[in-house]
Amino acid sequence: MQRIGVFVCWCGSNIAGTVDVKKVAETLGHEPGVVFSTDYQYMCSQSGQDLVKDSIRTYNLTGVVICSCSPRMHENTFRKAAASVGLNPYMVEIANIREQVSWIHKDMETATEKAIILGRAAIAKVHLNAPLIAGETPVTKRALVIGGGIAGIQTALDIAEAGFEVDIVEKSPTIGGKMAQIDKTFPTLDCAACILTPKMVEASQQENINIYAFSEVDEVKGFVGNFTVKIRRKARYVKEELCTGCGLCTEKCPQKKVPDEFNLGLSNRRAIYIPFAQAVPKVATIDPNYCTMLKTGKCGVCSKVCGVKAIDYTQKDEIVERKYGAIVVATGFEPIKVDKFEEFAYAQSPDVVTSLEYERLMNAAGPTGGTLLRPSDKTHPHTIVFVQCVGSRCDEKSEKGKPYCSKVCCMYTAKHAMLTREKYPDTEVYVFYIDVRTPGKNFDEFYRRAVEHYGVHYVKGMVGKVTPENGKLKVQASDLLDNRQLHIDADMVVLAAAIEPDKSARPLATMLTASMDTNDFFTEAHPKLRPVESPTAGVFLSGMCQGPKDIPETVSQASACAAKVIGLLVKDKLVGNPCVAHSDEMMCNGCSQCQNVCPYGAITYTEKEFRMPDRTTAVRRVAQVNPAVCQGCGACTVTCPSGAMDLFGFSNNQIMAEVDAICK
Amino acid sequence: MQVKNENWKPLIVAFCCNWCSYAGADLAGTNRLNYPADVKIIRVPCSCRVNPMFILRAFQRGADGVIVCGCHPGDCHYTSGNYYARRRMTLLFSMLDYLGIEKGRTRVEWVSAAEGQKFAETMNSFVETITSLGENKRLEDLRCKTE
Repeated sequence: MQRIGVFVCWCGSNIAGTVDVKKVAETLGHEPGVVFSTDYQYMCSQSGQDLVKDSIRTYNLTGVVICSCSPRMHENTFRKAAASVGLNPYMVEIANIREQVSWIHKDMETATEKAIILGRAAIAKVHLNAPLIAGETPVTKRALVIGGGIAGIQTALDIAEAGFEVDIVEKSPTIGGKMAQIDKTFPTLDCAACILTPKMVEASQQENINIYAFSEVDEVKGFVGNFTVKIRRKARYVKEELCTGCGLCTEKCPQKKVPDEFNLGLSNRRAIYIPFAQAVPKVATIDPNYCTMLKTGKCGVCSKVCGVKAIDYTQKDEIVERKYGAIVVATGFEPIKVDKFEEFAYAQSPDVVTSLEYERLMNAAGPTGGTLLRPSDKTHPHTIVFVQCVGSRCDEKSEKGKPYCSKVCCMYTAKHAMLTREKYPDTEVYVFYIDVRTPGKNFDEFYRRAVEHYGVHYVKGMVGKVTPENGKLKVQASDLLDNRQLHIDADMVVLAAAIEPDKSARPLATMLTASMDTNDFFTEAHPKLRPVESPTAGVFLSGMCQGPKDIPETVSQASACAAKVIGLLVKDKLVGNPCVAHSDEMMCNGCSQCQNVCPYGAITYTEKEFRMPDRTTAVRRVAQVNPAVCQGCGACTVTCPSGAMDLFGFSNNQIMAEVDAICK
Repeated sequence: MQVKNENWKPLIVAFCCNWCSYAGADLAGTNRLNYPADVKIIRVPCSCRVNPMFILRAFQRGADGVIVCGCHPGDCHYTSGNYYARRRMTLLFSMLDYLGIEKGRTRVEWVSAAEGQKFAETMNSFVETITSLGENKRLEDLRCKTE
């Protein structure tokens, strides 16, 4: 028989406000096996924990039940407290009487009754708890960063500087991400390339960083500290180790009409290309969809002009398998497709552009060399209308847009408006907004400067319709503050498209078994206290893949993420989860069903000798669980026809006892 | 002839997976979203840990409804656990239906860690269904009753 102590927490008034904690402690005190029962204001506080520790010693407790907040919150706290006085930490169970009782029920009587039942269930479970000892597994001291944008680069640099090896996997031919496409950054208006490209170079020169550009993650296996990842190095048709990035091939290639994705299709590139001048690694890539040689076998110009013989038309995708201790997701974002918003005529007129396209049009390295020209007739626009929240803050049920605020649009639109007025003071600039949101250091000052100093016309209201007509764009909009309709003959319309997570994030989340929210942003382990970790151990989040954020926020999160990764990699060994499956060899009949359902391949079979009742020996095939690989899902325990498989910590008997206690 | 018990309140057991649904239930609590106290949650590591035995036992001991909640398909923390749960429960529930435990008394729902609202709504609607179905007498084992 266990000697159980019950500790009921008030959580200030959070629990005590709706649950009669005294009554709960008193009633549970009469349960079989309970030798001590008490209540306390804050059980998780130091004095609360001391109370638990002292009681374990004084009453020689073998089991502890804490009636408090969710075990997801403080289970570890109390397990540690128990362990510090020599009680096995897995002898502690939590009854969740805050999130599941006091916060959702208003009536004291019902709430108290439910709290008692949940307490009983926990006591019933503790009766069947057994001390568990966690195994240890070694840590591979190398990190994988998926995504080579500013988030990935910063995380990789910080980890590398701490002395650990890092691999960056980037799906496009160069690292740099979206920031490389941006012209200036708010609110300081310093040039994005000037602050990003030195970091890209640093990443390529840092000896602990290895960049797999033009590569994708194909498969992830394993668990925290011991991931095995297959990386697909897509065929560039150019030998990366030989190419010097001289660019001669990209000038001689006869296939000139390939839309340049770096300039968002606003200009053309060749079939063999280097995305931009500062690309890292600076290596040419052949686009197989356009290359005449790869399509028809006739051309070979690039191969002829290449002085170092780097062109290889027979190159194939290559799979590299590497081991990692930690994985950082930094897959970033992309702007949503705006052609589905038919009212803005994006598909009808080339002069309706997205903000990122406008960014390229303003950029000195962009398709127009930094001169602002209309894409349709290459003339200078005199009236520009900016439309905010295109696809952001839409109705929850909307199929076109997103319910969230994209966070960065207000600021970059103010930046665009300001830069336009500064370069071309004869241009009239209108910004249509729902709200202007400028929280952040020097952000509101920046926006006010756009209005007050640069004379940008900010109009509260949405644009109803854009109609291309005689080379102009007729914009119909409402001014909500003046309550009137506006008709503007604009030369250009710029749409602040909502941002969404990169398309590669969803399949990656499935590979990593990391959870995502309904908008495909990665979920953090705790929204406030663990913002850079995913709920899956060993998987960390950096940058926009977790939610919309601007560059300074992305960089801070990236460094925070690196700190967490370093914290993991400095450990030589990780203490595992002892709540794993185990098989009763006497009952196992070796049917292999558990092996079939195990997602981790943790179950193997072995021939074992058994002594039979008649004193003969028989050799039987029995299942064995590798506790280092088992993650404790319990799939095998249910599938086992003979009932030989069970799970430590959540055994059949324990759950059954909980059911019984609840259904009394 | 069934006698209506005036004081009857449904007894509902909810099995919630640790990673999604239990966290969803916590979020419902954090957001103070009400649902009836008749629902009692048992935490399991994954919905695939729910042995049909547990559900039979609950009904045997007088539960009026049992709900199993897991991560959304494709989002299982253990990759595929919820798919196993879905298949097992489909079989079990049709067998229970045959035994006279109406389909409405059993349910599988996917609730993510971000769906506190959905958790509360699911529980409210489930309790409503059970209340309209009334007391479960079919599988209850009277020998288990203490009184």
